[in-house]
Amino acid sequence: MAPVAPRSGDAIFANIERVNAELFTLTYGAIVRQLLTDLEEVEEVNKQLEQMGYNIGIRLIDEFLAKSNVSRCVDFRETADVIAKVGFKMFLGVTASVSNWDAEGTCCSIILEDNPLVDFVELPDTCQGLYYCNILSGVIRGALEMVSMKTEVTWIRDVLRGDDVFELQVKLLKQVPEEYPYKDDE
Amino acid sequence: MQFFGGSEISPSPPVPTASGNNGHMIYMFNRNGVCLLYREWNPPLRTLNAQQDHKLMFGLLFSLKSLTVKMDPTSAEKGNLGVPQLPGQGCSFHSFRTNTYKLSFMESPSGIKIILVTHPRTGDLWDSLKYIYNLYVEYVVKNPLYTPGSPIRCQLFNTTLDQYMRGIA
Repeated sequence: MAPVAPRSGDAIFANIERVNAELFTLTYGAIVRQLLTDLEEVEEVNKQLEQMGYNIGIRLIDEFLAKSNVSRCVDFRETADVIAKVGFKMFLGVTASVSNWDAEGTCCSIILEDNPLVDFVELPDTCQGLYYCNILSGVIRGALEMVSMKTEVTWIRDVLRGDDVFELQVKLLKQVPEEYPYKDDE
Repeated sequence: MQFFGGSEISPSPPVPTASGNNGHMIYMFNRNGVCLLYREWNPPLRTLNAQQDHKLMFGLLFSLKSLTVKMDPTSAEKGNLGVPQLPGQGCSFHSFRTNTYKLSFMESPSGIKIILVTHPRTGDLWDSLKYIYNLYVEYVVKNPLYTPGSPIRCQLFNTTLDQYMRGIA
């Protein structure tokens, strides 16, 4: 039986249950606002957003794999392409692009031109160190960790700080192969 | 617990290939060997206790996968037997059949393994396994009360799974 071909981001996005974009943006904004009130320190909020993203990512990966039928990516280049073209499209409805590959192919940049999380958002002077969309870096890190890739995800450019696009740098630290989890004690 | 249903689980359930009560049992493991789920329908004979049984099953699959990858005639590089593999790398086996039962297996790249033990004359269960994976995503992964990596205790998932298994096998 021929394997089912992976579905494109558009096709899945059309079939999946969707939520109102403004509701999504405003809910996310309310979360960040509340975190700022509770934690006060901008660095703490960044860390907390990343952790929340991580917890989302470890679950999101299963939904992504189930709905998109992608098989194992051969190398990190393919992984980055799949994240940008299928992943972002499927969950946020926007297509990202991949660029700035380094020589070994372990580090790249994902560029987002529009980002539904930041509609209507402006950063005040008191929060200049805030990475508003840090939840996205956590999501990518969490999801990739569940497919045995340890990565580091950081923001290079951020529209809320004056740049023209969002740029995320994804760096592959190592691939963790599957080991037999039980000790040989029987 | 309320489930905000209304979304169709995609893909839609495959057409049954056999009729009657063929399903025997299902196992689900995650990548760390934790048995997420074990359910049985026509109670099979089991001589080992549950813990041993799960370990045995997991060990069997792990070894079978290693073996199938090493024996793959179409793959270029062959590491030594026992070298840990990335999940999904190389080929993966789908099922084996004995004269009394058939075991079907599916592993996702995230390490979730689903095993179905059924009547030997059951057809290919690949689509069913994918559908069960979708059920897992909808009812377990999206459940905020479920901790990833722990055994599944979602009543709704169990009920839907039972219903589906009665329909196909």
